[in-house]
Amino acid sequence: MKIMPCPLNGPRNISEFAYGGEVLDLPAPDCDNETWIDFVYLENNTAGVVREWWYHTPTAYWFIAERDTRTDEILKTYPANEVFKDRVDFAASEAPAAPAAKE
Amino acid sequence: MSFTLLKYGLSKGHPVPRALPAETDLKDSYDIVIVGGGGHGLATAYYLAADHGITNVAVLEKGYVGGGNTGRNTTIIRSNYLTPEGVKFYDESVTLYKDLANDFDMNLMYSERGHFTLAHTDSAIRTMRWRAEVNKHMGIESELVLRDELQKMVPELNYSEDVRYPIMGALFHAPGAIARHDAVAWGYGAGAAKRGVHIHQNTEVTGFEITKANGSPQRVTGVHTNRGTIKAGKVIQCVAGMSGVVSDMAGFKLPLKTIPLQACVSQPLKPFLDAIVVSGSLHVYVSQSSRGELVMGGSTDPYGVYMTRSTLDFKEGLMMHMMELLPYIGEVKLLRQWAGMTDMTPDFAPIMGETPVDDYYIDAGWGTWGFKATPVCGKRNAEMLATGKVPETIQPFALQRFHDFKLVGEKGAASVGH
Ligand SMILES: Cc1cc2nc3c(=O)[nH]c(=O)nc-3n(C[C@H](O)[C@H](O)[C@H](O)COP(=O)(O)OP(=O)(O)OC[C@H]3O[C@@H](n4cnc5c(N)ncnc54)[C@H](O)[C@@H]3O)c2cc1C
Repeated sequence: MKIMPCPLNGPRNISEFAYGGEVLDLPAPDCDNETWIDFVYLENNTAGVVREWWYHTPTAYWFIAERDTRTDEILKTYPANEVFKDRVDFAASEAPAAPAAKE
Repeated sequence: MSFTLLKYGLSKGHPVPRALPAETDLKDSYDIVIVGGGGHGLATAYYLAADHGITNVAVLEKGYVGGGNTGRNTTIIRSNYLTPEGVKFYDESVTLYKDLANDFDMNLMYSERGHFTLAHTDSAIRTMRWRAEVNKHMGIESELVLRDELQKMVPELNYSEDVRYPIMGALFHAPGAIARHDAVAWGYGAGAAKRGVHIHQNTEVTGFEITKANGSPQRVTGVHTNRGTIKAGKVIQCVAGMSGVVSDMAGFKLPLKTIPLQACVSQPLKPFLDAIVVSGSLHVYVSQSSRGELVMGGSTDPYGVYMTRSTLDFKEGLMMHMMELLPYIGEVKLLRQWAGMTDMTPDFAPIMGETPVDDYYIDAGWGTWGFKATPVCGKRNAEMLATGKVPETIQPFALQRFHDFKLVGEKGAASVGH
C-alpha cells in the first residue's frame, strides 16, 4: 500500500485520496485567451518534484503535497494555508490582483 | 525430445534471420529524424521508405524497439469511436492492419473476435445508440444488442441481476480484433531497415538545435543525443509517455499528462472466451490471447508518475470487477503484470501534425488507445513529412485545436474501451 501523510489525518492509504492537479497561480480573471488556454489545457507534466493539490475524500480536506513524479516519493505535505494566506474574492468586479502563490 | 528435432536445432543450415541489421554509426546528417522507436515511429519510417522512397531517415530509440507502450498494450483494435473524425481515422487504420501480415510476410496473429462494450445503465445504452448511429453513418459495422441477444452471443458473462452493475446490453463491433504487438513493431522496423532506414537503439535524444528569431524558437536544424549531435532536415517526435519531456526540449508545452496504465495476464487456460469484452462502468476489459491467457486491464492510475511500476490497489480493484463479470475465474492465478506510461489528452483524442517549431512535427496524445492507430499514423505522418502538407484525415487532431477551442470529444468511446 502506498501511504500518504495527510496533514490533518496522519498517514493513510493513498486510495482514500483524490489527486487535484498541480498547484498553479490563478490567472487574473480578465487575462487574455492564451493565458487561460495555458492555465486550463497546457501541462508542465514535469518529470521531477512537483507541488500538487490532494484531497482526503472521507474528511473533505484539501492540502498540498510535494512529490517526485520520477520515483512517486512524497517528500512533504502541508495545509494549503501555508501557501495561500490571503482570502480570494472571486466576485470582485474591477480587475483584482492575481492571487499569487507565496512561497 | 526426438533426435531429428535436436539435429534440426543444432544444424547451422537454419539460421534465425535477424529482424534488424547490425547497428551502424550515426551519420552526420539525416533528411528526417524520428524520435522514438515504438510502433508509431517505426511505421512512419516504413511508409516514408515504402510509399515515398525517402530513406535518408534515422529512428532514434533510447531503449530497444517496441519496448515502450507498443510492447506493453493489450492490443485491442477497433474503429467504433464516437466522433466522425475519430471513426474515419481509426477505420483507415483497421483497413491497413488487415493487409499488414502480407506486406511484412510475417504472422501478426491478427484475430477478429468481435468487440463488446457493455452497458450497465440507461445513460450507457444511450451513448451506445449514439455511437452505433455515428458508426453506421460512417460505414462501420456497429450495433446495439440488448441483454437477451447478447447472452446468446457471449454466454460466458454473468447476467445475474444480483450484482452491482447488471448487464443491460452492449455495443457490438464485429471487426474488433487483437494482434501480436511485438510483431507490429518488428514488422515495421524490419521493413524500414530493409529499405535503408537507420534504426539506432540505445540512442537517447537529449535536446534539439533550434534557430531563434526575435528570441523565440523558429526552426529545428539538429538533434543532440547521447551518441553525439546530428543534423536533421525535419524531426518528428513519437515518444508516447515521454511526449511532454521531449516537447519541453523543443521549447513548447503540450496539453497532456503522463499517467501509467497497468495490465496483467492470467495463467493460460483452454480457449473459452472468443469475444473482446469491455465495460466502462466496471473499468475492465478482457480478451483471451492465442496462448490462452486472459489479458486484462482497466483504467489509468489515479495520478501521474514517470514509472512503470505495478500496484496492488490496481489489481484488487480490477479483480473485484472481473469476478463480477466472470465469477468462475476466482481460482485462476495471475501470471504477469506490467504497466506503460500513457500520454493522456483532456479530450481523449491524439495530437498530430505541426508544432510551434518549423520542421518539427508531433505524434502524441495516444494515451490508452494508440496501438490500433499505428498503421494510419505511420502512413499519414510519412505523407506529411514527404509533402510538407498535413493530410486532411489528421487535421482535426492539430495541437492548434486547443488554441481554437475545437476539442475532439472522444472520451465516450476512448476511455477504458482501448
Ligand atoms: C497497459 C496498456 C494497454 C493498452 N491497450 C491498448 C489497446 O488495447 N489498444 C490500443 O489501441 N492502445 C492501447 N494502449 C495504448 C498504446 O499502447 C499506445 O498508445 C501506443 O503503443 C503508442 O505507440 P508509440 O509508438 O507512440 O509509443 P511507444 O511504443 O511508447 O514508443 C515510444 C518510444 O519512444 C522512446 N523514447 C522516449 N523518450 C525518448 C528519447 N528522449 N529519445 C529516444 N527515444 C525515446 C521510448 O523508449 C519508446 O520506445 C495501451 C497502453 C498501455 C500502457
